[in-house]
Amino acid sequence: MSEATSPKIPVTVLTGYLGAGKTTLLNRILSENHGKKYAVIVNEFGEIGIDNDLIIGADEEVFEMNNGCICCTVRGDLVRIMDGLMKRKGKFDAIIVETTGLADPAPVAQTFFVDEDVQKNARLDAVVTVADAKWLSDRLKDAPEAKNQIAFADVIVLNKTDLVSKGELAEVEARIRAINPYAKLHRTERCSVALADVLDRGAFDLDRILDIEPDFLEAGDDHDHDHDHHHHHGHDHHHHDHGHGLKHYHDEDMQSLSLKTDKPLDPNVFMPWLQNLVQVEGGKILRSKGILAFHDDDDRYVFQGVHMMLEGNHQRKWKDGEKRESRLVFIGRELPEEAIRKGFESCIVS
Amino acid sequence: MKEFTPAPDSASIVSVTDRVKPVALGMGVTSVYFLGDRAAFVGGEENVAFVDAKGEITNVAVHSGGILSTASDGKRIVMGGDDGKVVSLDAKGDVTLLATDPKRRWIDAVALQADGGAFAWSAGKVATVKSGKAEEKSLEVPSTVGGLAFAPKGLRLAIAHYNGATLWFPNMEGSAEFLPWAGSHHAVTFSPDNKFLVTAMHEPALHGWRLADNRHMRMTGYPGRVRSMSWSAGGKGLATSGADTVIIWPFGSKDGPMGKEPAMLAPLQARVAVVACHPKNDILAAGYSDGTVLMVRLEDGAEILVRRNGTPPVAAIGWNAKGTRLAFADENGDGGLLEL
Repeated sequence: MSEATSPKIPVTVLTGYLGAGKTTLLNRILSENHGKKYAVIVNEFGEIGIDNDLIIGADEEVFEMNNGCICCTVRGDLVRIMDGLMKRKGKFDAIIVETTGLADPAPVAQTFFVDEDVQKNARLDAVVTVADAKWLSDRLKDAPEAKNQIAFADVIVLNKTDLVSKGELAEVEARIRAINPYAKLHRTERCSVALADVLDRGAFDLDRILDIEPDFLEAGDDHDHDHDHHHHHGHDHHHHDHGHGLKHYHDEDMQSLSLKTDKPLDPNVFMPWLQNLVQVEGGKILRSKGILAFHDDDDRYVFQGVHMMLEGNHQRKWKDGEKRESRLVFIGRELPEEAIRKGFESCIVS
Repeated sequence: MKEFTPAPDSASIVSVTDRVKPVALGMGVTSVYFLGDRAAFVGGEENVAFVDAKGEITNVAVHSGGILSTASDGKRIVMGGDDGKVVSLDAKGDVTLLATDPKRRWIDAVALQADGGAFAWSAGKVATVKSGKAEEKSLEVPSTVGGLAFAPKGLRLAIAHYNGATLWFPNMEGSAEFLPWAGSHHAVTFSPDNKFLVTAMHEPALHGWRLADNRHMRMTGYPGRVRSMSWSAGGKGLATSGADTVIIWPFGSKDGPMGKEPAMLAPLQARVAVVACHPKNDILAAGYSDGTVLMVRLEDGAEILVRRNGTPPVAAIGWNAKGTRLAFADENGDGGLLEL
């Protein structure tokens, strides 16, 4: 449709397990002198200390789409709230969706992919997960919700770092990195993080997949570049290095998998393979992203996905001197690593 | 559905664009009704703009925030807002506060009984009915209410929600009857003969139940979500938005649209955004996503151009009770009045 479209309103999804500090972060965002007005969708009224006309109560009603895809769930209340908010366009600059501590972020994210009307007016900016430095390691063991939230995150605010020792902090960071090495991680006390680090990240913007993730797929280092010490030499029998420099936890079924090749891929093999992979394994794959160099194609192709939903596009021309390398990452639970690696290799033009 | 361009600018189509009185409302509009001699354009927030035959605009403040839901019986408009209030507006421009949600929750849906004057509203999962001087009656359904509609006869309310709809006689204890169908149901409407219930779903489809035996009717094939439904004069057809033609499902026989194809009229290379059937004759008005407004004869699909394309989507369209005047407006509040 050729409609006069106004810019899409950015939506930040704020997740985090119970007590991690979501509300603290939310209050911080709202009270900061940024001159912006937010529409905030919350689950519990009364916890927000800021007077704001546009605080909306939600019920987290998740329902399955009638398309035979069981992991294709959306938040029905969000569809309704977005409809209502669009009547007040111009009264706010951005939307923040706070989920309950036990929520799975996927239905929220999928709402912004599958609903045509929501998609027309708003764009998902990033999933920001607040994690409690003291308790996250325990929750990762006993709470699948906490794990989902870490795996899904584009930005992780590791909060309450003042309550743990350096060793404990390193341990929880290693745990997070074992699940999701690609999210931006910020250590905070009382959620004191610069707003620019959590808002307007463009994490779902295909054009910015690389710009905002300089660490993207560089699994060779362990993303510890700003850390004050190094912590995985495998002398702990519980863990060991796993080839790509990340500590692997035997008790951790959620992990990331990265694939890379500097040989061109055959789009006629790759595309059906990827489609089929997310169809078959989409329940296990929470997030996927990739930058691809196709055979006989001067344009970079980028894609990203949430469970079974994929979106992709030719992004731009490969620059002169730029290494034409294809890189993919999957974050998920019990990923069939060998099958994925083999499948990927079969897409390489021989 | 096939694409077909009737080229509305060509000489082959009758145009009445020069007879439309333009109205610059200066606000986003979501619906329009006639109250007395004036058209009442409901804004996206706060105000309703009355427009008289001369084109003079009078704004009336009705809500302190977004206006989420509206219904009218031709005598008044009942509205629900994100300020948690249910208000009514009459032809004189008087605003009456009908109810306030104690938690100031959004009033997501409202409905008005055509004869009898009962009204209903919903906030979250709870639907409430107020009829005359009787006490308010409330019913909680399993999930958030998507839409409300009164039956054409008797005090009976249909409540659309997730995985189906609930039919309820508010004055009869324990009368709630659940009509299941998987998915999320939004707007809901009874056929004027009281034989069918139809919901617009979150997915691009309608769902219907024949009330005599609760038989299902699936009405699918839309490229987009159906946001506007209107019964033709006499209730023989249900005209809908959501495709690049007006889709009209046949409800004239006892089986409704079961096993039948809908009529597809007025195809354009734009999505139908709103439809409004003429109250007396077999004519409808349709507004499109490219700003076009057409009048269409149901019998043969003959079209009359009311407004050219090239603007934001048409957001509201409505007839007066006699069917002598048509009002419409686009999302930006550029509207028009046509005297027939």
